[in-house]
Amino acid sequence: MSNHLPAGAGNGGGGGRAGDSGLRYPSNGKTIYHRPLNRTKTAELSKAAFAYLFAEMVSYAQRRVTGIQELEKRLNLQGHPIGLKLLDLLLFREPPRTQLRPLNIIALLHFIKINVWTHLFGRQADRLEKSSNPDTPDEFMIIDNEPLVNAYISVPKEMSQLNCAAFAAGIIEGVCDGAGFPARVTAHTVGDTGGSGSNNGSGGGTGADGGRGEGGEMWPGRTVFLVKFQPEVLEREALIGAKS
Amino acid sequence: MSYYFAIIGTQDNPLFEYEFGTSKQGGDGMARFTEQARQLNQFIIHSSLDIVEEVQWTNGQMYLKLVDRFFTSYISCFLTASNIKFLLLHQPPSSSSSSSALPHPSSSASASTPSLISSSHHHPPSSTSVIPSLSTLTGGSNSSTSTLTGGTSRTSTSIAANPTSPQTEEAIRNFFAEVYENYVKAIMSPFYRTNMEIRSPVFRARVAAAGRKYL
Repeated sequence: MSNHLPAGAGNGGGGGRAGDSGLRYPSNGKTIYHRPLNRTKTAELSKAAFAYLFAEMVSYAQRRVTGIQELEKRLNLQGHPIGLKLLDLLLFREPPRTQLRPLNIIALLHFIKINVWTHLFGRQADRLEKSSNPDTPDEFMIIDNEPLVNAYISVPKEMSQLNCAAFAAGIIEGVCDGAGFPARVTAHTVGDTGGSGSNNGSGGGTGADGGRGEGGEMWPGRTVFLVKFQPEVLEREALIGAKS
Repeated sequence: MSYYFAIIGTQDNPLFEYEFGTSKQGGDGMARFTEQARQLNQFIIHSSLDIVEEVQWTNGQMYLKLVDRFFTSYISCFLTASNIKFLLLHQPPSSSSSSSALPHPSSSASASTPSLISSSHHHPPSSTSVIPSLSTLTGGSNSSTSTLTGGTSRTSTSIAANPTSPQTEEAIRNFFAEVYENYVKAIMSPFYRTNMEIRSPVFRARVAAAGRKYL
């Protein structure tokens, strides 16, 4: 009698009962569980295919939106689940010694700058900065000089506020949320801060502005991902820092 | 040794649960929890979540080892990067033999006594009247004779007897690592969203296989 209890305790039953649950296997019998999680270094995807798909994603998100904010929000939402999954996948691929959950903001941002960026775009992000403004200690910036996602996107003049890297921002937000650092991540074209709206275009960057002028000219598409953590993250950070 | 394994999501919601027994030392892989204990197990696991949340910020490792203990139930934890908790409750056999009914005393006796062959021949007829599934029981004790007469395993160093020994810790680490691999595969499905229940029978079979292999 006791032998039958555990089988009934679960809600799915063993693999042998797969037929009962209505599950259908692929014809070659290989499910997602039969495929390896590790990829070889050379397994890269075609950039053209990505550009095509991403253009479709943008135009899909653009349907029935009322403004640029909403469009960026939709792109952000498309990226979010990817970030959540990447976090687990990339840590799984780490060698066991360094397989550590990020415990503080710096470790998390380094993980994003190095591991996530290398996985997604084949190189590291260009810079990592903390907001110098003392009023906003919760703001961090990940800077990419020419984001791959924007490479083949031409933004019309009347939508100059738009930065389609909101999709990548969504991925970052997913990684942060998953790791237990709830944050709000937005993408901004740096040219916006000082110059006129025309700076965003591929030929822009002529409106040089003080300190950032040089970078703006060299990298017209430079994008800043502004990571704004929730107050409870900083609170916990202070507590952990005080303990150790 | 009986095990209760649960995957807990980020909202403290159960995503997956599975009960099994040891397959080492001729165990038949069946859990020996009493009906009461099985319901209690869920509460024990749930209460240990508090301790997990305390430990998780002091240690970046995924495997948090033994985190909690409730009488004879030991709880080990593995925490994935995205805050999904794998919790394994393990209970050494000594406690369950006192509380559970007939099938256990015979199997624990056969695992500890050296004059094993005679005892295993004696016991099944006596239990025939009570236990309907005789075939599985004799199958289990037969395999235990083969391992024990080989003289490879001793009860004192076995995983079952020492829930806190390094061997047990290592075995559970291996178990968690294998489940983690399959969990990552499960979430790679584009249709899976965080905190969804894992229903795949393939996943369940993989967890069962990991349990048989290491525990």
